[in-house]
Amino acid sequence: MIRLEKRKEPSVFWIYATPVLAVVLTMLVGGLLFATIGKDPFLAIKTIFWDPIFGEFAFYYRPEVFKKAAPLVLIAIGLSYGFKAGIWNIGAEGQYIIGAICGAGVALAFYPSEARWAIFPLMIVAGFLGGVIWAMIPALLRVYFKTNEILVSLMLVYVAEVLIKAFSIGLMRNPDGHGFPGSRNLNQYPAAANMELFAGTGMHWGVMAALFSVVATYVILAKHQFGFFVRLTGESPRAAGFAGVNANRLIMLCFVISGGLAGMAGLFEVAGPAGQILGSFPAYYGFTAIIVAFLGRLHPVGILLAGLLMALTYVGGNAAEAAMNIPSATIQIFQGMLLFSLLSVDVLTNYRPRFVARQGA
Amino acid sequence: MSRILLNIDGLTKAYPGVVANDNVSFDIGHGEVHALLGENGAGKSTLVKMIYGLVKPDRGQMRMDGDVFTPSDPRQARASGVAMVFQHFSLFDALSVAENIALGMENPPSQRDLAKQIKEVSENYGLPLDPRKTVGGLSAGERQRVEIIRCLLQNPKLLIMDEPTSVLTPQEVNILFETLRKLKSEGTSILYISHKLDEIRTICDTATILRHGKKVDTCVPREKSARELAEMMVGASFASPSRSDRTLGDVLLRVKNLSLAAADSFSTSLRDVSFDVRAGEILGIGGVAGNGQDELLSALSGEARTQHDMVQLSGKPIGQQGPNDRRLLGVLSAPEERLGHAAAPNMSLVENAMMTAASRQGLVSNGFLAWSKAKGFADRVISEFDVRTPSANNAARSLSGGNLQKFVIGREVLQDPKVLVVNQPTWGVDAAAAASIRQALLDLAAGGAAIIVISQDLDELIEISDNFAALNEGRLSDIRPMQGLTVDQIGLMMGGAHDAEVAHA
Repeated sequence: MIRLEKRKEPSVFWIYATPVLAVVLTMLVGGLLFATIGKDPFLAIKTIFWDPIFGEFAFYYRPEVFKKAAPLVLIAIGLSYGFKAGIWNIGAEGQYIIGAICGAGVALAFYPSEARWAIFPLMIVAGFLGGVIWAMIPALLRVYFKTNEILVSLMLVYVAEVLIKAFSIGLMRNPDGHGFPGSRNLNQYPAAANMELFAGTGMHWGVMAALFSVVATYVILAKHQFGFFVRLTGESPRAAGFAGVNANRLIMLCFVISGGLAGMAGLFEVAGPAGQILGSFPAYYGFTAIIVAFLGRLHPVGILLAGLLMALTYVGGNAAEAAMNIPSATIQIFQGMLLFSLLSVDVLTNYRPRFVARQGA
Repeated sequence: MSRILLNIDGLTKAYPGVVANDNVSFDIGHGEVHALLGENGAGKSTLVKMIYGLVKPDRGQMRMDGDVFTPSDPRQARASGVAMVFQHFSLFDALSVAENIALGMENPPSQRDLAKQIKEVSENYGLPLDPRKTVGGLSAGERQRVEIIRCLLQNPKLLIMDEPTSVLTPQEVNILFETLRKLKSEGTSILYISHKLDEIRTICDTATILRHGKKVDTCVPREKSARELAEMMVGASFASPSRSDRTLGDVLLRVKNLSLAAADSFSTSLRDVSFDVRAGEILGIGGVAGNGQDELLSALSGEARTQHDMVQLSGKPIGQQGPNDRRLLGVLSAPEERLGHAAAPNMSLVENAMMTAASRQGLVSNGFLAWSKAKGFADRVISEFDVRTPSANNAARSLSGGNLQKFVIGREVLQDPKVLVVNQPTWGVDAAAAASIRQALLDLAAGGAAIIVISQDLDELIEISDNFAALNEGRLSDIRPMQGLTVDQIGLMMGGAHDAEVAHA
């Protein structure tokens, strides 16, 4: 029989080891999954995790990994503040979509002006604000009416999805698009395009923003009073109140950060890899980022690594889909398993398993 | 004395890193009230858990009336005649007394029969209790009676009571003691766990003293002074707090008609509380737990805002200011709940020092935190208040209750407060540490600070306070000078209204 004994202090070793163990477990169970549908598990795992970085076509896949990791990391970093403090913004996907709509709206409003120096920064601001506005809805309802922010933020995702569909066939539809749904392609509008800083590397402005947010968050959490208050609130809301934390202000700030960064991620996506406002724009980055945040232990460096890994499963998953004819749902199962196994091995951080002989009753 | 009921022989129980009980042996006779005395962490709970079947001993054995007694779970222990009243009650607020008692029974009789039995037992033993009442509306003393009657319905041979008086007024303690005497006269044995030495000297025939898991001595408590017992518990002599004569200065803190609505259904509203505290004064505020103590502390610490002039510091209203603004002005506080209120359990002592010392000790500049200074401050608290911890980087939850309490109090005392508000400053702290905490409070007052000590430990309040008042259902009694107050008067102040009727009169 296995008995769990509570540790006096959380194990430092397992804090770092559990994500690795979770990845290994996912590969094992995922391998079994591939085997049951008649695919070579070793080849599948290699196609997903190895080939995109070191394989023959890595030159194509590597930039893709960065492009996919950028929104994941940016959103997950924003979410990590709230998650640390026990404030659950589950609707980053909605804030991501609204950020994209607002950012693209600025670009389309200025079309065909060529003043990139004004338009692109304005788009970033608009993307940020769009995400903030969408996040303020659950935040204000929570602060003033004590509604559950999980439900409200989640429901607003579906509202945002409807909105982007409406915009793509309505207000933002490309007038030169022969009636097809979708806005102008911002990639073909140099003043607004989120271009790669170094051609062929995948390093667009969103990647830069993600890297910057990682560094800034690291400093804020370790050295700044706001980061301390966030950690303290998550640790014990009552102790935080005693330390002088204004709980409502903290809730608002966490929603501003998570909503704003998600909105910015949406803007970088719509102005870069996606290119246009379209009903199919949502890619569920906002949800996957939740997995990334937890897989990364809500630690900025961890989130960076987790974001890269998760991006790899997207890119490698697509490759496996094409090369091995693996159903695309399998990749989603794979990503879900990652969070699932992390949560289940997480118990090792605070508990020590002991194997004891079963005692007779 | 009489025949032996329970013989405990060489019980040993070790947990990883600590031997909780090391070869403990003693006997409990029929009809004996046996005290188990020891500081926190001395191994009292582990020993009792072994008797009640919650923990299996590694070595040693017990005999009940001569037969080997190895309870593997509480049910077996109960079947053998062992019953236990826990310090923390396990009652459902929404159910009636009879329903609560029925829940704990193997084969509960019908509600009507049970109510009759409860009435019988409660009249027999002088424990007034209405079986139809809802538990949510009962006082702590009445809840304890529910637990005791639940035990008595099993006709136990041995009744274990864990710190039974910690939630009672002096009058309620008297009622309880009458009941215990009656049980004793009928031949029931009682194992009485406490660290209130005067009580033990009043009610107990024999006392077994544990220290660091080992039995130190068994003695007749009546023949020892409270001080001798305390020194046996601690294993060393220690200085009692001494007060120097102080002259009281100006009024520092004035609370004027303070009213505060309850934040939720579990808290108490404060009603029209008024008092002054002068420089150099210690105001003791007594009362049974749950009568507004937490709420009063939060109104003074700034966690709860009130109307601006309800709380005044040296004549300046501060009722609308938050905790950190008040700290800057010199109003500091230490709440009762150590883990989760006064300290964050999983954070290090350095981080916990930052919690309340950030503004007053200049540990922040432009929002950035000076962790090395915080470490220095934490180290100072640790060394000056003799906090036992490997280092300041250990998590708060890894410290024993007493050590964490010393840290929590020291953290405020060392910040040179003008006004200090503490709630239960020595709760669950061993005698020597309690003495040093009280001394620190007295020294602080001697230095000209105004201090409010909220406590349920009357001995503590009698020892250190100049003036005394009691909280009852959110109202504050008159303030009277501590000197000259009798325990009876104090008891009445604490809540004569709360069924202090003595059923044995």
